[in-house]
Amino acid sequence: MTTEVASAPTGGAADANGDPAGPTGNPPGSRRGWPLWEVFVRARRGVSHQHAGSLHAPDAAMALRNARDVYTRRGEGVSIWVVPSVSITASSPDEKDPFFDPALDKAYRHPTFYDVPEGVSHL
Amino acid sequence: MITGPTLAQPPAAEPAGQNALFAYSLGLGDDALILAQRLAEWITRAPQIEEDIALGNIALDLLGQARTLLGYAGEVEGTGRGEDDLAYLRDEREFRNVQLVEIENDDFAVTTARQLLFSAYQYELYAALRNSADPTLAALAAKAVKEVDYHRDHATQWALRLGDGTVESHRRMQAALDVTWPYVEELFDTSEVAELLLALPGIAVDPASLRDGWAGYVENVIVEATLTRPAPRWRSRGGRAGYHTENLGHLLPDLQHLHRSHPGATW
Repeated sequence: MTTEVASAPTGGAADANGDPAGPTGNPPGSRRGWPLWEVFVRARRGVSHQHAGSLHAPDAAMALRNARDVYTRRGEGVSIWVVPSVSITASSPDEKDPFFDPALDKAYRHPTFYDVPEGVSHL
Repeated sequence: MITGPTLAQPPAAEPAGQNALFAYSLGLGDDALILAQRLAEWITRAPQIEEDIALGNIALDLLGQARTLLGYAGEVEGTGRGEDDLAYLRDEREFRNVQLVEIENDDFAVTTARQLLFSAYQYELYAALRNSADPTLAALAAKAVKEVDYHRDHATQWALRLGDGTVESHRRMQAALDVTWPYVEELFDTSEVAELLLALPGIAVDPASLRDGWAGYVENVIVEATLTRPAPRWRSRGGRAGYHTENLGHLLPDLQHLHRSHPGATW
């Protein structure tokens, strides 16, 4: 019943190739019927969740458990988020220039023209 | 071994208690060691790479418990045998694990059923053993109960999904319960370890006292997974006395071959 979509569990976000959903209605990026999930791990209290990678799981509860085994078994985390990869809207590589290039020559957007007073340690 | 006819009386002050503590630690250590070996057989063969890692993780937890328990057994025995000697240089009849942990992996459903039944038992056991008068066993149990809580949850998640999944997954999960259930009675049979319990008051846990907690947990999972509790017509016996199914004889060469071929090998 399921279609084999050749998709390795890479660190990418949603499947940008737009693989069509199979006859079972599996979302793009699924392998043997298991959808892809993005994993975010908070390393310790006070810092934000960081993208750790992705994995396949049949549902959200199993995705959390798989993420625990794959990404936190050496004590890397105190909290995990999993998000269906299809829920992430990613910027397109084709739009790279209009999206990011204009920022490069706006030096005035960087706080480099201020004198840092002596004795201010956490700036 | 305590039942070996050629073993001289050890010089310890309380040989009966020491021998019983050795045998008790050995039994619990062998449970963990043999199941770790079985789960390790799944590595590179699990349905998904994520499951491969999960089973390997559980196996490593169990291996850690086995090392502590076998190391302690060797210490208690006092004849210089260490964890490696006990793991690699004993023969089938000297292993004291319950038979449930040695049965073959078969398909993923059987592995899941075995893990559910055993983890639920081991969870109750370690929870009770935290109050043991023996400080080493109590410390091991306090650490391991958290690991086993996860093993039990992992097996539960799969039992629910397979049982309440497709027609085929339901059929296989029910068949897996039917195959593993005859090994349940042995886990809770006080008579299997009666001498040890007598010799170790306040130290060893009476397995019969664990049954209610186990049954409450497992039967909830069975109901929620739309499965039926099996009513087997036979039951296993004697693992704690060194009697095993033929499966253990096939498992041990895999486990022991390297150490026996290259004694003392390390890397």
